[in-house]
Amino acid sequence: MSYQVPKFRHPELPRNELGYTRADYEGSISTLCAGCGHDSISGSIVRACHELSLEPHKIAKLSGIGCSSKSPTYFLGKSHGFNSVHGRMPSVVTGAAMANRDLLYLGVSGDGDTASIGMGQFTHAIRRNLNMVYIVMNNGCYGLTKGQDSATADEGSASKKGDPNPFGAIDLPGLALQLGATFVARSFSGDKEQLVPLIKAAMSHRGFALIDVVSPCVTFNNNTASTKSYEFVREHAAATGTVDFVPMREEITTSYPPGQSQEVTMHDGSVLHLHKLSEELDPFCRSSAMMALERYRSSGQILTGLIYMDKDSRDLHEVLETSRRPLNTLAEEDLCPGDKVLQNINASLR
Amino acid sequence: MEPTDVKNPEYFHKVVDCQYACPAHTPVPEYIRLIAARRYTEAYMINWESNVFPGVLGRTCDRPCEPACRRGRIEKEPVAICRLKRVAADNKGEVRDRMPAIPEQKNGKRIACIGAGPASLTVARDLMPLGYSIDIYDNQIAGGGMMRSQIPSFRLPIQVLDEEVNFILDMGVTTFFDIEVTSMQSIIDKGYDAIFVGTGAPRGKGLELPGLAEAGDAVHVGIDWLSSVAFEHIDSIGKKVLVLGGGNTAMDCCRTSKRLGGEDVRVVVRSPFADMKASPWEKEDAMHEGIPIYDNHTPKEFVIEDGKLKGMLFEKVEAKYDDNGKRSLVPTGEDWVFMEADDVLMAIGQENAFPWIERDLGIDFDKWDMPVVDETSFQSTNPKIFFGGDAAFGPENVITAVAHGHQAAVSIDLFCRGESVQDRPAPRTNLISQKMGIHEWSYDNAVENDERYIVPLAPLEKALGDRKVEVELGFDQEMGFKEAERCLNCDVQTVFEESRCIECDACVDICPTDCISFTANGDEQELRGRLSAPAGNLAQDLYVSEALPTTRVMVKDENVCLHCGLCAERCPTTAWDMQKFLYNVSKAGQAA
Repeated sequence: MSYQVPKFRHPELPRNELGYTRADYEGSISTLCAGCGHDSISGSIVRACHELSLEPHKIAKLSGIGCSSKSPTYFLGKSHGFNSVHGRMPSVVTGAAMANRDLLYLGVSGDGDTASIGMGQFTHAIRRNLNMVYIVMNNGCYGLTKGQDSATADEGSASKKGDPNPFGAIDLPGLALQLGATFVARSFSGDKEQLVPLIKAAMSHRGFALIDVVSPCVTFNNNTASTKSYEFVREHAAATGTVDFVPMREEITTSYPPGQSQEVTMHDGSVLHLHKLSEELDPFCRSSAMMALERYRSSGQILTGLIYMDKDSRDLHEVLETSRRPLNTLAEEDLCPGDKVLQNINASLR
Repeated sequence: MEPTDVKNPEYFHKVVDCQYACPAHTPVPEYIRLIAARRYTEAYMINWESNVFPGVLGRTCDRPCEPACRRGRIEKEPVAICRLKRVAADNKGEVRDRMPAIPEQKNGKRIACIGAGPASLTVARDLMPLGYSIDIYDNQIAGGGMMRSQIPSFRLPIQVLDEEVNFILDMGVTTFFDIEVTSMQSIIDKGYDAIFVGTGAPRGKGLELPGLAEAGDAVHVGIDWLSSVAFEHIDSIGKKVLVLGGGNTAMDCCRTSKRLGGEDVRVVVRSPFADMKASPWEKEDAMHEGIPIYDNHTPKEFVIEDGKLKGMLFEKVEAKYDDNGKRSLVPTGEDWVFMEADDVLMAIGQENAFPWIERDLGIDFDKWDMPVVDETSFQSTNPKIFFGGDAAFGPENVITAVAHGHQAAVSIDLFCRGESVQDRPAPRTNLISQKMGIHEWSYDNAVENDERYIVPLAPLEKALGDRKVEVELGFDQEMGFKEAERCLNCDVQTVFEESRCIECDACVDICPTDCISFTANGDEQELRGRLSAPAGNLAQDLYVSEALPTTRVMVKDENVCLHCGLCAERCPTTAWDMQKFLYNVSKAGQAA
């Protein structure tokens, strides 16, 4: 068994604006099972960060407990990391984001960590529109404890050694929409062409960006009776459209026929192209998105792609009018502005 | 693209870059692994089977394998394959008992080999175990050909050469040494069943320049002079020596001069330094011994004073390249340069010469007066007569001569058995999984990061004091192990079985060098443009699978694959497997 990836890389790997290659965004070798969908998501995160020319030290990756939450070790080895208590990642992100808004917060969680033990945390992070990317590596089972059904397992789906699940699934994008999430997407670990631009768009979105990524558990839940197997997802996935992400600094070179494409300028100036959009969905209308989700779910299909985005999202910092500077850069004179200021405040309250 | 046919032995053979580049197709990674396992005798025998002279070649080979080595494409320098071969030779145990038995009962066929160089000795090595009776003729007093007469002792100790030549002669070859064959007819008259000509390229070219006649015996032809030194007819040279030429012979001449009393020894060459024919390491070795190389100097005349050589005049030139990259050396117009010299050695090339072959024997000669020889069978237009080594197609090197010898032996054997020489036996190949457990391989798949180790040298003063002191000390066992560990095991192939693949991308994600892509099929050029990483090295193949369930195909660019096995380790369904591919060129007597 290999404990290390060889240090040699392809000699002609492309370099991004910072002069980094993809290798600079990698982490240690994965200890997840061979073929785990989570490793592909890690690969997509590496690609997205490289293509966005993000500075690794400006990213904080946070997770809870589970196979999914182990995975931050396997990407962004030069970024900040915090492996928190089970289901409590959103609280830690909240604290960190409040203290320093300059970092990009990437939360990685699983279906157990989010839809069971962390459900309360998840909903409130959405409600507050915390400025973060929240990726759920969703395999519908508890892989770390031998594959019991999780709360996102579909009704009737059976894992390798299990009976058909008698309960309905919690649909995370649907829940997020209801709670007022400002960016909701779903994807599949085996479809990097779709997942990478979605991660990039989520990273450029201001506010809470959820990507629910169906990620097959090869060891316990990749069998024919499972609705979260590679084969089932490939056969039942229906994309809302194709997403193309163009970072702010890059020239837009692709052209799309008029009427078939929508262009969205993100807060940071980058541009999102949505084309071949399904006629049944307006991704900028919450109720349209909710109806589309429900329609596909009831017809036994998995709707993937960008499901909803609020172009005018106001994140927690804007709502609370928090300090624009990280707290650790505030000196004593900023925090204790002196007696005169206090007198003014007191006077205003009289 | 069409799916790759991995059943075609040439596909995986080409992936083993070193073996593919070796004229004799020595299974390089196989013997390097044995060196790492300190099984030197086995490593030696693998070499001996394919290149016959591991001790000689481990010191003197032109090493076409090294520029081909994959390691050179992922970092600065290739594996020191050649010097590892020497480690096997230096540390081997008893090998004679592993060599083929020579049948007491001969098969009644008699073969003559003219010349006792590497090509002829290889023919003998391959045919003696089959029961042939072989007579070898050579004008030198001992076997080895140019390996004995032209490779100086400080690069190749005589004992090393003697040992490997004797392995073959001791098989019961009849030798006729110190005899100049002056007539092919006389050999034919002896009634041999086949005749092999391995007489090399024995004639050194000379330069007809003004003053040559007056310079007399101060001007020498390089290869003849080296030969005279080797046979101890010459043991000194003047203090000021000019060596003309830029090939490996020039390097041997200058370094030998330095050991025979030359103090101001210079190499003067017409071409720019970078274009010189000598191997880079041979140029380095000469310069390390304090020998300057003057490039871009064309010799114009010998300067004679009082009837004695005083020196030479050179015209300075520069290389100009036309649109087709063709070079011409254009005089710069500067004054001619004078260099003093007591002796001049001309090492400007060699030619074949067949004055001893009568032209009415059914052997056709072409317009350059070279025999017409079939490139596969090495048969001349006289079906009984075969050529190999430098005698066949002009000057090459020892390893090429060995490769010719093997093929000529196959032909001679076929011919003597009355079969067609075009009906060549196929290579023998073997493909075996290296899987030992879930993530365990029977080869050392970890990739070492070490840079190439440098071969230690004898102290310069000691080396220059005696022409018989070997300059290179060779790797010791410890260094040999470390250098062997740099080998990427390119013969352990990544074999893909599409029916097992679930397209989970695990291999794509783990591959350190981004070799693997799953994508829509296309024609090769277009496909190369949209893989995970640039695939611009057209000399390296793409391994393309059959269509997978998603209609995509797996495409692997072989170019910089580290053969680390991670794709197979991360594959949940064993669609990838690491399988060791052994490719052996078939030898004489091995049926197809």
